[in-house]
Amino acid sequence: MNADRITEKLSILADAAKYDVSCSSSGSNRKNHNKGLGNASNGICHAYTEDGRCVSLLKILLTNVCIFDCAYCVSRKSNDIKRAAFTVQEVVDLTINFYRRNYIEGLFLSSGIFKNADYTMERLVLVAKKLRTEHKFNGYIHLKTIPGASEELIKEAGLYADRLSINVEMPTEKSLALLAPDKNRQDMLTPMEIVKTAIIQNKEEKKLFKSTPAFAPAGQSTQMVIGATPETDLEILYLANGFYKKFDMKRVYYSGYVPISNDNRLPAIGTPVPMIRENRLYQADWLMRFYGFKVQEIVDIQNPLLDTDIDPKLSWALRNMHLFPIDINRADYEIIVRVPGIGVQSAKKICAARKFAKLSSTHLQKIGISYNRAKYFINSDTEFEKKDWQPGQIKNFILSEGNSKYKPNFSPQIKLF
Amino acid sequence: MTVVLYDGTFAGLLTAIFEVYEYKLQQPFICRDTATTGSLFGNTHNVFTNLDKSKRVYKKLQDKLSLKALKQLYDCYLSELPEIENVMLRYVQYALRSKIAVENDYANSDVLQLQQLSRKVHREKHRMEAFVRFQLTKDDLYYAIVQPDYNVLPLISKHFKDRYADQRWLIYDGMRKYGLYYDKETVQEVQMNFSVDIKSEQTLKEVFDENEELYQQLWKQYFSSVNIAARKNMKLHIQHMPKRYWRYLVEKQ
Repeated sequence: MNADRITEKLSILADAAKYDVSCSSSGSNRKNHNKGLGNASNGICHAYTEDGRCVSLLKILLTNVCIFDCAYCVSRKSNDIKRAAFTVQEVVDLTINFYRRNYIEGLFLSSGIFKNADYTMERLVLVAKKLRTEHKFNGYIHLKTIPGASEELIKEAGLYADRLSINVEMPTEKSLALLAPDKNRQDMLTPMEIVKTAIIQNKEEKKLFKSTPAFAPAGQSTQMVIGATPETDLEILYLANGFYKKFDMKRVYYSGYVPISNDNRLPAIGTPVPMIRENRLYQADWLMRFYGFKVQEIVDIQNPLLDTDIDPKLSWALRNMHLFPIDINRADYEIIVRVPGIGVQSAKKICAARKFAKLSSTHLQKIGISYNRAKYFINSDTEFEKKDWQPGQIKNFILSEGNSKYKPNFSPQIKLF
Repeated sequence: MTVVLYDGTFAGLLTAIFEVYEYKLQQPFICRDTATTGSLFGNTHNVFTNLDKSKRVYKKLQDKLSLKALKQLYDCYLSELPEIENVMLRYVQYALRSKIAVENDYANSDVLQLQQLSRKVHREKHRMEAFVRFQLTKDDLYYAIVQPDYNVLPLISKHFKDRYADQRWLIYDGMRKYGLYYDKETVQEVQMNFSVDIKSEQTLKEVFDENEELYQQLWKQYFSSVNIAARKNMKLHIQHMPKRYWRYLVEKQ
C-alpha cells in the first residue's frame, strides 16, 4: 500500500463525505456469531471532532467523481476539485484495521455517482459483501442507497448492511428541482418504499424461520439540507413526520447548510451555518419521537417557525398555559414528561419514586430536573411560584437565568411573506 | 463508632456487611484496611473475607432487589470513592428491612446517591469502550493503556471479548497496575508493572507492527478531514472528550 497515495485519497474522500451528518451506530443488535471480528449492538462514539460532532463510523465516499451537478454538494460535476477513488480492497483494509484498533464502530459508505446508479450501487454492495463474507466482519455497516438503483441491488445491500439510507436532500420538490436538476424525488421515495417493504417481509419471515438472515436490522434513515432554501420549519417537520409515519424511518437528519459555493441560488460563502435552527429542529424531532408530541402541537399555520431563543417544548408549554400547573405527585407520566425542564429519565424516576413518598421540590432538584424551568409549570409551595405569571413573563425569567451560547444569534427567524 | 476494616474486595465488603449484623456492631463505619490507620477512640473490627458469608448477603439481596439494583451496588463498589461503603451499607440495611424493593425510592438520599453514582461509573465504562486505542505489536498483540477514573476494567471485559473475539488483546490500567488479557479463548486479569511511552518514536519502531504507524497516521488524517471548520465548537469537543483522556488518544497526539 502506497502510504502517501492512500493518505491523500482518505483526506479527499473523508472530506467529501462529512456533510452527511448521520453517524448513528446503534439499533442493530448484530452479534459476533462466528468468532469473527466485531459486533454491532452498542452505538459508541469513539471520538469527537473539534466541531463537537461524534465520530462513530469510518465515513467515506468510494469516489467523489460524480455525473450529477447538485448545487449544494461539494462533489458536484462542475466543481473544480481534486477527484479520487478507492478500490474495494482499500476500503476493506481501512475498515478492518481501524476497527481492530477500536477507532470505529464500522463503515459508512457513500459515493458520487459514476457511470450510472446501478454501477455505483453494485460497488458499494461489493464492499459490504466482502467485509461480511470474506472477513467475517460483524461491525456496523451503513450503506447509502444511490437514487435510481435497481430493486435487486437494494435488496442485496440490505442483506449485508445494518442500515440503508437515501437522502431526500431538500424539504420540497420545488427546491430539489431548483438545486439538483438531475435528481427527482421519486427516485428517492421508491428505494425507501422498497426497503420498508423488505424490512416488514423480513420480520414476518423471521417469525417463521429463526435462521432467516437479517435485512437492514438498524432500519433506514434520511437527511435534508436546512437553510439553503426558503422552507419553513412547518414544512420541514411535517415532511419528517411523514417519513417517521409512512416509511417507519429510524431517523431523519437535519443538516444545516455549510456554504461551499458561489452559486447565486444558494447562501453566499461566509453565511453562518444555521446551527440554532438545526438544534431546534432536532429538539422538535425528539419531542415527536420520545415525548409523545404530535407535529401539529409543535408547529402550525400560526407558528410555522420554531422560536430560536427558547426550545420548542417551552414554546409549546407557554402556548398551553391552561394545562398547567400540574401536581407532580399525581399527574400522568404523559404530562409530566411535557413539563419544560423534565426529561424522559427524570419523568420516569418521578413516577417510580412517588410510590414511596410524596415528592417535594427538594427531591425534584436532587433527582436532577431543571427546576428553574419546571417550577412555573408544577404545583409548588412558595408564593413566588404560585403567582399567576403570564407566558411572556415566564419566558423572560427563564431567559434571564440562562446563558445560551447561541445568544448573539437570537434574532428571530425572518418571516418570508 | 466501630471502624470495620475489610480487604478492598467485593466479597470482603459483603462479609463486612454480614458481620455488622452478626456482631451487632454499633455505629459501624466500613473502610478499606489500606485507607486508615485505625480509630483513635472507637473500636476496630477486622473482617476476614469469607465467601460463605458474602454469598449469604448476596443471596438475601437477590430476594430483595432486582438484578439491575445489584449491578448498581457493584458499580458503586468499583467507584472506589471514599466512604461509599457506608452509603452501600445503609442502602443494604434499608433494602433488608423493607418489604418491597426499595431501588426506586429516589426520595431516599442513599438510594438516589447509589443510582447516580452507578450512572457515573457506567459513563466511565462507556468512555473506556470508546476511547481505548489498540496498537498492534510485532507479536500480534493489540495493546492499549488506560487510566479510568473508576475501576471499570471488570465492566468492560465482556464487551471487548465479544467484539475482538479473533485477536489477542491487552488492556492495561496504568493507575491500578493491572490489565485484562485475552488469548482468543478467555479473558484473564494480569498483574504487571510496566510503562510504554506511546509518544516515543523509538518504541513505536521497536515494539510495534510495521503498519502500526501508517494506520495511526491515517486515523489522524481522517480525524482532521471529517472536521467541519465552519462549525467549530471547542467547548462541545472538550465536553465529549475531556482532556484527561487525550494522552491515550492517537488522534489527539
